[in-house]
Amino acid sequence: MRLVAEDLAGERGGETVFSGIGFTLEVGEALVVTGPNGIGKSTLLRTVAGLLPLAAGRLALEGGGDKWSDIASACHYLGHQNAMKTALTVTENLAFWRDFLGEAHLPLADALDMVGLADIGHLPFGYLSTGQRRRIAIARLLVAYRPVWLLDEPTAGLDRASEAQFAELMAAHCEDGGMIVAATHLPLALEKAQQLRMGGA
Amino acid sequence: MLALYLRDLRLGIRAGGGALVGILFFLAVVAVIPFGVGPDLNLLARIGPAILWIGALLAGLLGLDRLFQADRDDGALDLMVLNRDRQMLALVVFVKCLAHWTASILPLVVAAPLLGLFMNMSTTGIGATTLTLLFGTPAIAFIGATGAAVAISLPRGGLLVSVLVLPLMIPVLIFGVSASYAAVADPDPFLPPFLLMMALTLFFAVIGPVAAATALRWATD
Repeated sequence: MRLVAEDLAGERGGETVFSGIGFTLEVGEALVVTGPNGIGKSTLLRTVAGLLPLAAGRLALEGGGDKWSDIASACHYLGHQNAMKTALTVTENLAFWRDFLGEAHLPLADALDMVGLADIGHLPFGYLSTGQRRRIAIARLLVAYRPVWLLDEPTAGLDRASEAQFAELMAAHCEDGGMIVAATHLPLALEKAQQLRMGGA
Repeated sequence: MLALYLRDLRLGIRAGGGALVGILFFLAVVAVIPFGVGPDLNLLARIGPAILWIGALLAGLLGLDRLFQADRDDGALDLMVLNRDRQMLALVVFVKCLAHWTASILPLVVAAPLLGLFMNMSTTGIGATTLTLLFGTPAIAFIGATGAAVAISLPRGGLLVSVLVLPLMIPVLIFGVSASYAAVADPDPFLPPFLLMMALTLFFAVIGPVAAATALRWATD
């Protein structure tokens, strides 16, 4: 399986945000997108996910077979929002996404354990702190399986220990044959992590 | 899909209590009519079905604008759009409409017989009106979904949604009310307007989610 992007250009509101971006990701590889604020990292991720129309270029997931036929169906998108309901408990939120997204992967308890929040499943999501909310959103990546992870500032609000924990999760995902495109300043503990620096030099 | 239905139902009941607000509004609308119209019992009985229908319609429009906006604000809509290969977006909309109807509009139908007493309606009239409401109000949710999806990115889209949706609701209102009248006024047949209203509900149950899904697909900007 290969994620290929050639000469991408993205626009928002008719204005070109970035152009000439290209990368190729093989199974097990990760791409770290860096750059100053406003340079279009989030737009790039949303474009790759297919949430924004492609202004120019080619974007394809090759060799995914019938199961992962296009990027939208093969990706987890973790945006700035956590996509969780504050009125529901953590377990209810995660169980919903597991059932809705399909391809159930880890049991809920294990996923919560992996993000270090094993004993708060019964609490309403609204009671949690910013960092805890983010970690629950990360647990969503684990309860349903997708080979491609598109992560937009995934570690925003996380403390040092959780960052390290999340870096391990990303490494484990790549070892299992996944791919990651992340807009993050966190150094990935991966030998094959490519760097894409947008804007500037 | 069952998971989505249960989630939205829980949210509708647990968070903010949309159902209770709707019932209170319905009650307020229907309760002021006798004061405005005056103590003419025959007149009240005659306009009763229409008032119940209009009240339920307006109360049903409350909270419609949040149908997708809440999911957009917390990013859940993005994930639903991305997952469209596994769960068809139109079906997602359909299920969300059903959940909205169950949590916010069905309580209105349940409250309607009680409010019918306020309007001095006969037992047959109350029964017929409740029956038409039961089968006619799902159309509010389905048409409303289209309006809500179109106005999703507007922060104060509530009124706009109502204005967009009301004209489309009028046929359902006409047949619903005329079926309710026909049940009490003897020579008029009950079944033809009732069946036409059901046909409209079914029609909107198909058109509404498809239109809303199309709007949502391009609302992820």
